[in-house]
Amino acid sequence: MLSTISSLVIPLLVLLVVLYGIIKKVNIYDVFVDGSTESFDLVLTMFPCLLGMIFGVNIFLKSGVLDFIFKLLEPFFSYVKVPIEIFPMMIMRPISGSSSLAILNNIYEGFGPDSFIGRLASVIQGSTDTTFYILTLYFGSIGIKKIRYALWSGLFADILGIIAAVFLVNLMF
Amino acid sequence: MINKIWGFFIVVGIIFCLCTEKVDILNNEILECTKSSLDMIIKIFPVMALWLGIMNIAKVSGLLNKFSKLLSPLLRKLFPEIPEGHESFSFIASNIVANMFGLGNAATPFGLKAMKSLQEINKNKTVASRSMITFLVLNTSGVTIIPTTIISLRMMYGSKNPTEIVVACILATLFSTVGGLMMDRFLARKRG
Repeated sequence: MLSTISSLVIPLLVLLVVLYGIIKKVNIYDVFVDGSTESFDLVLTMFPCLLGMIFGVNIFLKSGVLDFIFKLLEPFFSYVKVPIEIFPMMIMRPISGSSSLAILNNIYEGFGPDSFIGRLASVIQGSTDTTFYILTLYFGSIGIKKIRYALWSGLFADILGIIAAVFLVNLMF
Repeated sequence: MINKIWGFFIVVGIIFCLCTEKVDILNNEILECTKSSLDMIIKIFPVMALWLGIMNIAKVSGLLNKFSKLLSPLLRKLFPEIPEGHESFSFIASNIVANMFGLGNAATPFGLKAMKSLQEINKNKTVASRSMITFLVLNTSGVTIIPTTIISLRMMYGSKNPTEIVVACILATLFSTVGGLMMDRFLARKRG
């Protein structure tokens, strides 16, 4: 049911926009091309931000610092009865979207999507977003240098999402 | 802030690699990152071009405006600093809706347009305005109602009920969004 709805969203949205444009007698094709042209500028401003972020994040990830930290934290995780395998997901989710998606894939493959950890990983992935990516991209594209308390607010929302996910999955399944 | 974190990632990463004798990985990674960022841009570029085109039709025909009027009671409360009828409302509204349906790729160009128009009414062009940070929190807490990617991944790995996590996702999102916005308000007052 839900997956049918979600596969219909994009086609229906496009249909609605184009139909409404025709009704309002807009030169839809010209207007489309005009709007699309803006993407060149956007991509050009995005690229340095993306490159810089991927550079920094990848060096940090591939160095293996995190594996080292996970080992240190293992006793704590077994104490609060949360599987340690979920921890890389919790740390990676705000930093890198593609890595957390890769971790999600690994968890599904290793434990199955219907296991406790599989469900937990699904909910964490679904209820949070890549804070660092959004932060550097959105602020970088308009030249903001001082982000003030944005990182704290964003990370706080991520942490709340993760805590909520742990509680909800324990409660509902 | 970003400067410090970026520096921290690089310095800690390189020093740790040196200590654990993984210099090969390091060299490889420094070369690879240029390629992977170009791959990413090449993937995003056409998607963005498409959605910016579609969005422009919605903007010129007045659909976007209509739509942001629907959400405006809520948005006006969240963004008290934006003057009434400013175009950033319609970009923010379309970004939120795209996120709700799990259309992350479509949400990004809307979000960038929203930031651009928020920058127009920003007094100090190098410092983030309060509205920008609130908008950012809405994005990072991920207001997803239908997590499209996750449902299809769960299907792929043979889940018996791929959509069973949707309710938990919505509740967790609600919790993190409301909490994030409260924190945002609190910090905005505290830091002035």
